[in-house]
Amino acid sequence: MTSAILFTLCGIALAGIGAFGLVAHAHLLRRILALNIIGSGVFLVFGGLGYRLPQSGADPVPQAMVITGIVVALAATALAVTLAVRLFEETGRTSLPGEGSADEHAAD
Amino acid sequence: MSTPPTDLLPLTVPWAAFAVVMPLAAGLVAVPLGARAAHLAVPGALAGLLLAVLAASQVLTQGPVYHEVGGWAAPLGIRLRLDGLSAAFLVVTAVVTGAVALFSRPVFGPSSGGETRTAFAFWPLLFFTWAGLNAVFVSADLFNLFVALELLTLTGAAMVALDGRAHNLAAALRYLLFALLGSLIYLLGVAFLYALHGTLDMQLLRSATVPGGVAVTAGALMTAGLMAKGALFPLHAWLPPAHAGAPAPASALLSALVVKASFYVIARLWFDVLPAAATVELTQLLGVLGAVAIVFGSLLALRQERLKLVVAYSTVAQLGYLFLMFPLAGAAGEPHPWTAAAWTGGIFHALAHAPAKAAMFLAAGLMMQAAGSDRLDGLVGIARDLPIAAFAFGLAAASLMGLPPSGGFTAKYLLLTSALDSGQWWWIAVMIAGSLLACAYLFRVLNRFLTGPEEQPALAPVARRHQFLALALAGSSIVLGLLSLVPYDLLQIGRVTAAVEALS
Repeated sequence: MTSAILFTLCGIALAGIGAFGLVAHAHLLRRILALNIIGSGVFLVFGGLGYRLPQSGADPVPQAMVITGIVVALAATALAVTLAVRLFEETGRTSLPGEGSADEHAAD
Repeated sequence: MSTPPTDLLPLTVPWAAFAVVMPLAAGLVAVPLGARAAHLAVPGALAGLLLAVLAASQVLTQGPVYHEVGGWAAPLGIRLRLDGLSAAFLVVTAVVTGAVALFSRPVFGPSSGGETRTAFAFWPLLFFTWAGLNAVFVSADLFNLFVALELLTLTGAAMVALDGRAHNLAAALRYLLFALLGSLIYLLGVAFLYALHGTLDMQLLRSATVPGGVAVTAGALMTAGLMAKGALFPLHAWLPPAHAGAPAPASALLSALVVKASFYVIARLWFDVLPAAATVELTQLLGVLGAVAIVFGSLLALRQERLKLVVAYSTVAQLGYLFLMFPLAGAAGEPHPWTAAAWTGGIFHALAHAPAKAAMFLAAGLMMQAAGSDRLDGLVGIARDLPIAAFAFGLAAASLMGLPPSGGFTAKYLLLTSALDSGQWWWIAVMIAGSLLACAYLFRVLNRFLTGPEEQPALAPVARRHQFLALALAGSSIVLGLLSLVPYDLLQIGRVTAAVEALS
């Protein structure tokens, strides 16, 4: 097993865990965190691929792209959290209307 | 690793880069200006239109042009590419965004009630959206596309939340969650392609790609991600509340242009980057999803009681037509005689839908402003008070239904003839059903505008100039049909799958 395959499998497992979290939870903060876990998985796959040809050394381009991706993910997370906080302030809801209220504190 | 062919002329003036930089700079200037950024609307719209026209004329005279940003050559550098398809989208984007900017000047200007949060946020969002759209249309690199699409996601979600009411916040969050998941799935596909070929330059990928499991998986992941962002059935659920809840100018931008950016990337992907991996099963699947979107979106549009929701569901349906071009053009292998007609028909539909849908949302916004609500019951007989807006809505509806001589007619005609030529009669049935359903849900609305009792409740006044802007957009959708030869020729420049012309 090469390191590229190890990183790829770990990354895909992480993305799978995140996808489960995104579907299984209605709480907005959990969903935003789940998206971040998927993102980490994808970045791990991408970054690990930089070493896909061991004889030619590490390829720095994927790292550069992952850094860009992390910046984008940070901005997106900030926007999502802001929206979620505003939604909570407006309605007291912690999940989107019309979706599972299992882990919701108080509807409206 | 092959080098790009040298028959491309060096780009003398990088209009493609300017088309991205101008709105980006305007957006940055707009941040400190706040509501006073409304003064940027006229110069911004004119400059954007000028740049788009210059870019299109450059393509018409020089053919497709590439620009190596910072002088770095692919595969390490990120290139911008300007061909007929990019230029056509640049021009339509400039027309629609420019009109929306002019429309928004009094809505979000200094006289709209001072430094409100909405007026403060709107102008940077408008210009950044424009920059993101132009960046998508001129990117020649799949990772650069990811960044541009993310810019669109962030500005789009923020525009949905502009009003700040609870249901808008929920709609914006749902949109953001769908779109972010879509971006990450797209990025995973991009990573697989990078692992295969060590480059993300579209042209280099095209010459390097061999049909195989990894290429198909990568393409499928990227398409699935883009479907979520572009609201193709069954991933459309976020669109109607988001597009209907945003302020009218923002809805116009989102529904007319932002969803098209994802479609544009899917089209680039299967026709330009991975044509060899586009199997019959895959293109037929995209076509079936498009067909379901047409029928399902139209049926839901028929049942809505609010005008903006009717228009938003009609976007779901109209986006379905775009995906009929994949089975009809048959991306796989040999170009067929009907490929050019199907491809051009699909692209034409995307282009013609943009000004028509923007006109509809602007007209709907004016009616909402006049009547105080967009409930269809409250809009009975509104054509008496807002004749120009109602006429703009009707003209745009003619294009959506595909009545000649509109741009929508040209698009549907091209798609229909290619369906006939390729013997795929089932898409003809879908297209005819879709057009009839569009007639049903649009005439249902128009009927209310035009009939009604004599005595009317007093309506809030609406500036005539605004109504003319909506009319101009609707008119440009018709003009696109009348003058369809110029865009047709433009679109063929740099089209990768050069096929035999089969237009009779």
